[in-house]
Amino acid sequence: MPTLSIDGTEIEVAEGTTVLRACEQAGVEIPRFCFHERLSIAGNCRMCLVEQVGVPKPLASCAMPVTDGMQILTRSERVQAAREGVMEFLLVNHPLDCPICDQGGECDLQDQALYYGRVRSRYREAKRAVTDKDFGPLVKTVMTRCIHCTRCVRFMDEVAGVPELGTMGRGEDMEIVAALDGCLHSELSGNVVDLCPVGALTSKPYAFAARPWELSHTESVDVLDAAGSAIRIDSRDGRVLRVLPRVNEEINEEWIGDRSRYAIDGLAVRRLDRPWLREGGAFRPVTWEAALAAVATALQAAAPERTAALMGDLPGLEGMTALADLMRARGVASVDCRQDGGAFGPGEPASWRFNAGIAGIDRADALLLIGTNPRREAPVINARFRKRWRAAGIPVARAGPVTDLTYPVTELGAAPQVLAELAEGSHPFADVLERARYPLIVVGSGALARPDGGVVLGLARRLADTVGAAGPVWNGFSVLQRSAARAGGLELGIVPADGGLDAGGMLAAARAGGLDFVYLLGADEVDPDAFRDTFTVYQGHHADRGARYADVVLPGAAYTEQAATYVNTEGRPQQARPAHPPPGDARPDWKILVALARELGSPLPYESLDGLRSRIAAAVPHLAHIDQLPPPAPLAPFGDPDGALDAAPFEEMVPDYYRTCPISRASATMAACARAVADA
Amino acid sequence: MSGGAELFPGPDRDAAEEILGRYPTAHRQSAVLPLLDLAQRRHGGWLPPAVVDAVGDYLGMPSMRVRELVTFYSMFHDRPVGRYLVQVCRTTPCWLRGSDEVLAGAREELGIAPGETTPDGRFTLVEVECLGACADAPVVQINDDYHERLDGERMRAWLRDRRRAEDD
Repeated sequence: MPTLSIDGTEIEVAEGTTVLRACEQAGVEIPRFCFHERLSIAGNCRMCLVEQVGVPKPLASCAMPVTDGMQILTRSERVQAAREGVMEFLLVNHPLDCPICDQGGECDLQDQALYYGRVRSRYREAKRAVTDKDFGPLVKTVMTRCIHCTRCVRFMDEVAGVPELGTMGRGEDMEIVAALDGCLHSELSGNVVDLCPVGALTSKPYAFAARPWELSHTESVDVLDAAGSAIRIDSRDGRVLRVLPRVNEEINEEWIGDRSRYAIDGLAVRRLDRPWLREGGAFRPVTWEAALAAVATALQAAAPERTAALMGDLPGLEGMTALADLMRARGVASVDCRQDGGAFGPGEPASWRFNAGIAGIDRADALLLIGTNPRREAPVINARFRKRWRAAGIPVARAGPVTDLTYPVTELGAAPQVLAELAEGSHPFADVLERARYPLIVVGSGALARPDGGVVLGLARRLADTVGAAGPVWNGFSVLQRSAARAGGLELGIVPADGGLDAGGMLAAARAGGLDFVYLLGADEVDPDAFRDTFTVYQGHHADRGARYADVVLPGAAYTEQAATYVNTEGRPQQARPAHPPPGDARPDWKILVALARELGSPLPYESLDGLRSRIAAAVPHLAHIDQLPPPAPLAPFGDPDGALDAAPFEEMVPDYYRTCPISRASATMAACARAVADA
Repeated sequence: MSGGAELFPGPDRDAAEEILGRYPTAHRQSAVLPLLDLAQRRHGGWLPPAVVDAVGDYLGMPSMRVRELVTFYSMFHDRPVGRYLVQVCRTTPCWLRGSDEVLAGAREELGIAPGETTPDGRFTLVEVECLGACADAPVVQINDDYHERLDGERMRAWLRDRRRAEDD
């Protein structure tokens, strides 16, 4: 381990450490533009210059490996002069348009100019101007501001795996261009906005919306897919203006998908902000009292066996628990959290969790994808698969439709029968998995929502045994959920009790006139037409599919407006925090249900959020361990491996990445993205 | 990776294979510059976008990475050039030895400005930085050949002779 001195302080660092990293370890900050921890080293901005004693020229510390006995100076006059020189060159062509630049106030160049900029410019010649590029509906370009750090190019190439950005020309003529005008074909493209150290790439939907110092920051968790990425919600005056990723090494590192970042304009439109009651075919706004009374009357009139409750993709644990408690107290057996009909083994947590953990992907040495397109179902998880492939070149195979996942895939075809061969061990890829030390088998939630989902689940589980993927040290059997609510509902055990109907049963019964009352908690991905003749209560935040045929609409809060706990696909509980109160008369989900229970004359055993959370913790203790992975699930067999597989091939479950939920369907930005992708 | 049959037909196929053979098989991409050069010679001295993409396919490289190289190196041309590419060096030694006159001679004789191509598509005139032959300045590179110790009149004479030779 080499030892070096930094500004006179001795420090020992690992072999291969760069001088910049060593300085960071010594607590010395080094300015930089092109260097980024998660991208390859470019060494082209020269801002990180330091002095090495005895060496005539300053060093670019980001690219210089440490050698034993180095004496590094970071605060000498020469270093200051060198960095001032670099800054002066960077500002030769950079416009001084900070007052009209969206990066202002959070700009690396602006910040570092404070320490290394000259008071007056000596430059008298003409500045160059660069034509702006069309990067699509999400990324706004002002290319004259570009300082050619190439972070965006390296991100698209290395992390996103969509090499659509590049540098054309050189020297003064160098420009960043996209392969095609109109859009970047990546679900992670918004991250280039965060990476851009200047105002060349900014957020198009957020253009001129706010200054960073006007915003309130709320640390929360994303619910637009099931990864549970860490986000920061920036809001002002009761409106979410932007969502940025936070660092969470165990989940999203520091990226988020474009839907998670940009669907937020959907939070401001099509909102249910007051209770509605259907009378004679038309909705009439009513008071909360009238709405709750109407629900209570209908619920009391319905027999428990002709009553059902269905949860959607976005509610948190609190709302789902309150609804399940309310229904069970009335003896209702037909309560289900699986609106898509997934065949997750009730009582078998390993059958719905991503057991290997998202960080566990970094250890996997063979990967099998079954009926899933992770690029669209969870882009940050797909980026992790790609990262692993780049680091170790692991073999990846897929049973499912062919799509570009950004890494090489051995296609096993979309016919599910290949699963049976794999589970028997007669398929060549079963040998690959068996030889691997950390085989990872990822089953898509869509593959489990097929009519033969139980068979798919059972065969995948058997395959895990066949190849030794499911053991006490490493459990590579992993389910990739698509919706933020599903794993939580399953952890809470919100599945039909004995004799109860599951989601498919509810729809069939309703169509046949066998249901009198159904309560939809944010359930929008089912055919609402089925409930035409059933008294339907829709509780949720958007006037989407679920509210269409409702008899009573109860306005709930979206994930940015209420305190709620979400369990991600790993089974990890995390808390969403309200950035502002819900609009109008809308209320947090659990409060609505507590009020309804009171109206029914049988109050729930809790009246506060803390009380409700205690109730959840008592029922499922690990759900109280916020941000922690759950204890490993037992390795019992589950599913129905001996059943018959359907002939139907595995299908793409997310045909339109940009519109998958009531929020994203209400978003004009997401609609523009879908159009741009379709046109390109 | 395509076989390159359309990109490098006939004997060029062997040339392309020979170039690839100079590099380790795990690093096919190392051959990109000589292959671009070969492709440019076979496509009228410039690289149409489809050819650039084909070279990328041939080597298993994203076409964006190949486009970057084509625009970075001044020896590659992403727009058509004349049959004779006249590159006048204007860096200090050539300039001190009279490159301005050489350029003026070429302009007058060809009737075009630097960066332009004659209407008949025969000559393209450009200014370039140091060609590395300062001892014999001023220098002009025409296609693969250096023309040294020039002046305005010798430049004109050469271009005139070329044109006549072609017309005959």
